[in-house]
Amino acid sequence: MEALRKHTGLAVPLNMSNVDTDQIIPKQFLTRIERTGFGQFLFYNWRFDENGNKRPDFILNKPKYENASVLIAGENFGSGSSREHAPWSLLDYGFKIIIAPNFADIFYNNSFKNGLVPIEIDKDQVNDWLKQAEEGILNLTVDLEEKTITDVERDLKISFEMPEYRRQNIMNGWDEIALTLKVEDKISAYENSVL
Amino acid sequence: MTKPKTIIEKVWDKHVVHTEEGRPDLIYIDLHLIHEVTSPQAFEGLRLKNRELRRPDLTYATMDHNVPTRNRGEIKDPIARLQVETLEKNCEEYGVELADINHPDQGIVHVIGPELGLTQPGKTIVCGDSHTSTHGAFGALAFGIGTSEVEHVFATQTLWQEKPKTLNVKVEGDLGTGVTAKDLILAIISKYTVNMGTGYIIEFTGQAIKDLTMEERMTVCNMSIEAGARAGLISPDEKTVEYLRGRKNVPKGEEFEKLAKEWLALKTDEDAVYDKTLTINAAEIEPQVTWGTNPGMGAPVSGATPAFSETEDKAALERALDYMGLEEKQPIKSIEIDHVFIGSCTNSRLSDLEKAAKIIEGKKVSDKVTAIVVPGSFSVKILAEEKGLDKVFKEAGFEWREAGCSMCLGMNEDIVPPGGRCASTSNRNFEGRQGNGARTHLVSPEMAAAAAVEGRFVDVRTY
Repeated sequence: MEALRKHTGLAVPLNMSNVDTDQIIPKQFLTRIERTGFGQFLFYNWRFDENGNKRPDFILNKPKYENASVLIAGENFGSGSSREHAPWSLLDYGFKIIIAPNFADIFYNNSFKNGLVPIEIDKDQVNDWLKQAEEGILNLTVDLEEKTITDVERDLKISFEMPEYRRQNIMNGWDEIALTLKVEDKISAYENSVL
Repeated sequence: MTKPKTIIEKVWDKHVVHTEEGRPDLIYIDLHLIHEVTSPQAFEGLRLKNRELRRPDLTYATMDHNVPTRNRGEIKDPIARLQVETLEKNCEEYGVELADINHPDQGIVHVIGPELGLTQPGKTIVCGDSHTSTHGAFGALAFGIGTSEVEHVFATQTLWQEKPKTLNVKVEGDLGTGVTAKDLILAIISKYTVNMGTGYIIEFTGQAIKDLTMEERMTVCNMSIEAGARAGLISPDEKTVEYLRGRKNVPKGEEFEKLAKEWLALKTDEDAVYDKTLTINAAEIEPQVTWGTNPGMGAPVSGATPAFSETEDKAALERALDYMGLEEKQPIKSIEIDHVFIGSCTNSRLSDLEKAAKIIEGKKVSDKVTAIVVPGSFSVKILAEEKGLDKVFKEAGFEWREAGCSMCLGMNEDIVPPGGRCASTSNRNFEGRQGNGARTHLVSPEMAAAAAVEGRFVDVRTY
């Protein structure tokens, strides 16, 4: 996993609550056995019509958001299926950061494991940014060391919270299994104790 | 005296392997269930780092998500076929027991775990599948994980987990005649929404829960994830013990009796404190039908879709009704369906099929309805056939299929066509879940069976 300390990018507003992982990556693409190449299928049924043509109304298809790397979404983003293909597809498409009032548990967890950073912030601030990104252009800088998000054009900086161990994992790009294997003796001791 | 504990805390505390400052608990996993869709990348991860699979003996595999439910041997899609073959190869290479497509123990992973007695009270159980919460019906702490965590469990048999908060969903009173476990859980999610359980583990308690059979309890716990909770469980009792007695992977004789005592002692202590409690009166619940695009968008069968004037999020309601092809304030009983699916890890066990069969016996599926029954496992299929249920379904005009996840998520050929409308006993009514453009209404097996006959929703209580 790539380390990520600071990221600046264009924000795209996905103004919907309860966006489930079936929408993020529909089931017909889950038969692949790789971790890569899922970006082309992201939000497939929303991005493309039955004939595979782009739906011009869908937000990601609007030219102004073409290079967006920050996704702003409504409550309970990533609900439903545990498919890790959801963060894989978001990352592969080019997203680095997702900002929402809150996330579904499994999706939140899966994102961190892959270096996609889900950030929970106050709902009113999310709504402000959704509006600004819809009406104009919103570029945000996320600084994981400082735990801040900055809207450069408007000179606004807000703080966010994130579990410390998750922040460290992301900033250092650690291999979590290697970390766990450092306490392998504890695992063996536990196994011996329950035998 | 020690502090009273919930079952959640008891099971958790028994599994903590290691704690350190600034990290969540490292907990031990007693059972790791795997299937073809979420495991290949995890095996590949092991291979790339040259790591061992630590406990193949605590790992059990089956294939369920993309397998055909007819013409068993033929997976036409070469990519899907490769996924199934990859699981076979991985299980062989790493020494994992596999119930493959021709194995008598094959079935939906959350149906076979309990059937085989792999699922037991007090165990920590994970699977790369969000409906792992099903196993909580036995008082196991069971939750869905992503593929990175599957790999972590392969390599270490542990997971770093933040201790979740506890939510007591107390269901008092009795469910009315014709009102099922499915209606109960759908009514709870409708009332408290799809993120009521986010960050929590739910324990279901109260008289109505005690009165449920084990299979009904599985239906309730299965849908904990639709309430946002990674896990939902029920304290073990005599029913739990009797369900497991004599099952394949459960000890026999004295050893079983000793284990049974330990299981019963897991139940939540009196006076244990939960972080939050919600109380529901079972008697108020009617048969449920979802009308929207998440499991919280549901109504009693006597009700209707919401009015725009009464909603907080008009855009979401508009979007859902538009997708579903419904109007505001539309009576549920006016909704006509053209597909019926009886199956899935929520409602594909023997008792589910028996209840549906009772409704349709001697009747015919409406001419405009395509109806299929997909037993949850090979074993359920055999038991149902021994009771003649296959004949009842087939005579009524249902197709009788082989076991798998099937039309719950349509990863195989079993899909609802665009614009099709399905009364489904599954667990998710998301846009496109059962097929691109397909519309899903979640219901109990009884409600689905009655809808198959009438071609629209009817109240099974007066049917």
